[in-house]
Amino acid sequence: MLETTAMSARVEDKVAHDRDRREQRLDGLFRRVVMACALFVLVALLGAALSMLWGGKEAFQTFGPSFVWSTDWDAVNHKFGALVPIYGTLVTAAIAMVIAVPVSFGIALFLTEIAPGWLRGPVSAAIELLAGIPSIIYGMWGLFVFVPFLAENVYPWLDAHAGALPLVGPMFQGPPIGLGMLTAGIVLAIMVIPFISSVMREVFNTVPAPLKESAYAVGNTTWEVVWDIVLPYTRTAVVGGIFLGLGRALGETMAVTFVLGNAHQLSLSLLEPGNSIAATIANEFTEADSPVYISSLIALGFLLFVVTFIVLAIARLMLSRLSRQAGSHA
Amino acid sequence: MQTQTLVRRLTQIAAASVAATLFAANAYATDITGAGSTFIYPVLSKWSASYNAKTGSKVNYQSIGSGGGIAQIKAGTVTFGATDMPLKPEDLQKAGLAQFPAIIGGVVPVVNVAGLKAGEMKMTGAVLADIYLGKITKWDDAAITALNPGMKLPDAKITVVHRSDGSGTTFNFANYLGKVSPEWKTKVGEGTSVNWPTGLGGKGNEGVSAYVNQIKGSIGYVELAYALQNKMAFMKMKNQAGDYVEPSVSSFAAAAASATWAEPDFYEIITNAPGKASWPIAASTWVLMYKQPKDAAQSKEALTFFKDALEHGQAEAKALDYVSLPESLVKKIEAYWAANIK
Repeated sequence: MLETTAMSARVEDKVAHDRDRREQRLDGLFRRVVMACALFVLVALLGAALSMLWGGKEAFQTFGPSFVWSTDWDAVNHKFGALVPIYGTLVTAAIAMVIAVPVSFGIALFLTEIAPGWLRGPVSAAIELLAGIPSIIYGMWGLFVFVPFLAENVYPWLDAHAGALPLVGPMFQGPPIGLGMLTAGIVLAIMVIPFISSVMREVFNTVPAPLKESAYAVGNTTWEVVWDIVLPYTRTAVVGGIFLGLGRALGETMAVTFVLGNAHQLSLSLLEPGNSIAATIANEFTEADSPVYISSLIALGFLLFVVTFIVLAIARLMLSRLSRQAGSHA
Repeated sequence: MQTQTLVRRLTQIAAASVAATLFAANAYATDITGAGSTFIYPVLSKWSASYNAKTGSKVNYQSIGSGGGIAQIKAGTVTFGATDMPLKPEDLQKAGLAQFPAIIGGVVPVVNVAGLKAGEMKMTGAVLADIYLGKITKWDDAAITALNPGMKLPDAKITVVHRSDGSGTTFNFANYLGKVSPEWKTKVGEGTSVNWPTGLGGKGNEGVSAYVNQIKGSIGYVELAYALQNKMAFMKMKNQAGDYVEPSVSSFAAAAASATWAEPDFYEIITNAPGKASWPIAASTWVLMYKQPKDAAQSKEALTFFKDALEHGQAEAKALDYVSLPESLVKKIEAYWAANIK
């Protein structure tokens, strides 16, 4: 009787031991698998960047560093420069963020703090549906509906009133054709709002109820609760959501091509047509007929990589400085 | 009795499937692949549908653009390439390619000026070049009113619209402007995309026509089919003979007929064609094929297809607002095939 118990105990020991070893092995395997998944992202990113650098080699060799700040774009005489597309990309993305971030914040705030329960579900679903609309649809809507509306009703007014202001005036002077960098920025904003607002809504929901309830209990308004409790608590995730939208705005192609005007000209006015990196590549790649032309387009793709990287790096830097300030303040 | 029917049924199925396999293999062997010009695509797909109905052979054509077509045929991945910008005879020689025209089309300048209908405004090449150079910026400029006495033109800015993507349409338009304006030739030149001195770019014919339809006071250029189907206000152009002509299938055909096609490998761009009835910005699309193809059977099949299309495809071309090649030219092309393509 005693013997059998001892034996069964030994057997159980062995079984437990075996199981430990097997679990350790599995654990090791699991770790390697997920690491491979993470490395895959890095390898893909690096591979894409390097292959574009390689493809753009001829352009960088031919034009040197001046490729980045030259405004030339002449396929007949094989002279190319990237300044106009880079400028257009940055300006349209900036306009998009100026509009999209506050609006998304408002949407998320309303949905998490103010909206009655029965409204939250449908509006959230609508936002996610908006995120699923293909960009060409936004482009066609922009061209056939939004552009004529702006040309008839908004831009003539902007030209007459905002165009007369000191300092910012030149940004709003121009022919009311409805196409241009401002239109592209607005369409981009509409496209990225679903991304940013759904991230914000998700993370606002993660704020522990006791924190908010305490704040309300001591007499804070909804705005104070959101600004002083919810936002600091979720800052990193909110900025992450904004990055997501910014990345899409920088790289968006089809919708921008439709409403940007695709003109290789540098203009201070937001009402004038411009060009963006992604739009230039999409427009001209199929008919690029000389090696240096193709190489210049691929080099543009590489520069989009660099521009996105720099913009995101600056944003991260600002974020870390912000959190350090908040730390010292506390 | 029952087993007998079953056996018979089985044999029938087996025979049918063997036949199907054989047929499929057969069809595969004579499939023709091509790539290039988007301009020729609508008529080419009509032609290939009727050729398929007649012979069972398929033509797989990818409309990826002229530049892409040239690249694909040079890489040897397709049986034929199609381009709106001809290759120079020496380039053809180097690549071992033959070249012949397959269809005539053309470019039509269109405007959006309040109250102006199609065919009302008259225009010359030199004035058109000055507009696209950004030298004439108002609709009531003396150069335009001089061509259109009695017409009330607004004191409004001209918004120039061009193609944003590389295009054979742009090549022919720029080529024509270079022929009539020395300044255009030196400042801008010709190509599937050029360094536009002014204006904004629409993607494709549909992009340009959308911009012109929406922007008041704009001017653009599109292919004939787009101008006619979208009922756009096209202009009458002064041709080389000094007559004003309307864009139509017949004025395009007149331009094609006036061309001599005497250059080697049909290297002739038919803009600014002579002849009283000729439209000045007519254009053609060329087909590129290897002189000594790797797959002789496919190349032969492709030639049979183009022979059928050029000899019997006129009605289909006309229905789509294209102009088919004149008979004398088709004879010339067939002689060229016999002499050059093995």
